[in-house]
Amino acid sequence: MSKEFFRLEGVRKAFGGTDAAGMPREEAAAGRATGAGFGSRRKANADAVEVLHGIDLAVNRGDVVAILGPSGSGKTTLLRCANFLERANVGTMVFDGERLDMHRATARQIAQVRRKTAFVFQDYNLFRNRTVLGNVMEGLVTARNMPKGDAREKAVACLERVGMANRLDAYPVQLSGGQQQRVAIARAMATDPKIVFFDEPTSALDPELTSEVLAAMRALADEGMTMVVVTHEMSFARNVADRVVFMEDGRVQVQASAREFFDHPANDRVRAFLRTVEGAG
Amino acid sequence: MWDILVNSFTSILIPGLTATIPLTVISFAIALVIATATALVQFAGVPLLKQLARFYIWVVRGTPLLVQLYVVFYGLPDLGVLLDPFPAAVIVFSINTGAYAAESIRAALEAVPRGQIEAGYCVGMTYAQVMRRIVLPQAMRTAFPPLSNELIALVKDTSLAANITVLEMLMATQQIISRTYEALPLYLEVALIYLLFSTVLTWLQHVGEKKLAQRGAERG
Repeated sequence: MSKEFFRLEGVRKAFGGTDAAGMPREEAAAGRATGAGFGSRRKANADAVEVLHGIDLAVNRGDVVAILGPSGSGKTTLLRCANFLERANVGTMVFDGERLDMHRATARQIAQVRRKTAFVFQDYNLFRNRTVLGNVMEGLVTARNMPKGDAREKAVACLERVGMANRLDAYPVQLSGGQQQRVAIARAMATDPKIVFFDEPTSALDPELTSEVLAAMRALADEGMTMVVVTHEMSFARNVADRVVFMEDGRVQVQASAREFFDHPANDRVRAFLRTVEGAG
Repeated sequence: MWDILVNSFTSILIPGLTATIPLTVISFAIALVIATATALVQFAGVPLLKQLARFYIWVVRGTPLLVQLYVVFYGLPDLGVLLDPFPAAVIVFSINTGAYAAESIRAALEAVPRGQIEAGYCVGMTYAQVMRRIVLPQAMRTAFPPLSNELIALVKDTSLAANITVLEMLMATQQIISRTYEALPLYLEVALIYLLFSTVLTWLQHVGEKKLAQRGAERG
């Protein structure tokens, strides 16, 4: 059995056109019920803008894959398609031995994928009406019917791992951005995902808070968690990631091991990119 | 004249307690159910039901409350639907307030950051679970002030039920006036009692908002 267990093939995604909005009715309904394509339901108009032009991405068990690239290159959209927060127009997902059409995936299939994955957002998206503990327990108790006592135990353990067990009863607004993001990471961990997607997890944070979040992510990587991380943190990509995927204009331009990517840039474009980001950082 | 005012006070207040308040409370409770359902189908974008909700709000907000009362009480008997005054009033006030409250609740739903909904999906929750446990509780807090507004408006609007023979405060006042011919003092008296009711509700709203703000200090 190969180590590879998550793969996306030929993912295409367009916004704004008839193709994006013109899904068959029942699929649009299924998308609504499961949240696929939330926020992407726009009125059909003539000119669709394709932002992903056929992306392939393979992830091995235990790998940390960093997706790098300039803004607007489609990194976030790719990640959101992988968790069906956006519905790809074309694409195949092979996950944990199962193969599914990303455009036609049913609500049940989507639910199954989400059961085995977790997502960490740029702006945390903690439930504001729940405490720190409640945020982490919610997915266990509500979505997985875990008894409250067990869920609590598990949630506390996850919060300990990100150093937030001392703020169990705090509400999100009482926390700094870095603390909120660490709670969000604990929430993602609690459901025992096979793969965690991080969508620019530190982009909303100042440098000091960034480092505490990166430390939590690094600890996770050290535990062998499979992670796909869209990030602008080059040091994280360089030091923690196993592989780097460099995207630009909706295409994967370069895939390489992290060491190779940084030490032996594949082409001038990557060199230029590294100069700007590392120069800025 | 002073005697008339004093004697009539209880005669007006009692229908207030037996008609105005029950009419308000029952109608508002039903209105909240209608409004929540109406807001939810729009928020979720349920086809057909969503259009139905817009149609309902359009018609109810676009026609006078008094006309709605007449249609239900004096008009429907032509179709063989005979309603007693009180239930007729409850139906009209529920439907009417429901339409306005629906917009308040819908606005509050829209104000909940969508990212939380996505986060809910990502931890495996269904749409219904996310709505019930995450979105609605937050929306109801946002909707509290405008809903309080609608409740206070409803207390005063119940006076229109006098037109369909519900014996509430205004009707009681008019009956006294027809005996005593003291129009100005008695109308002012009933106005004052309405003001009293509204003041109590305003105070309750204030207390409620304070409570929410206290929790808000924790929850934001």
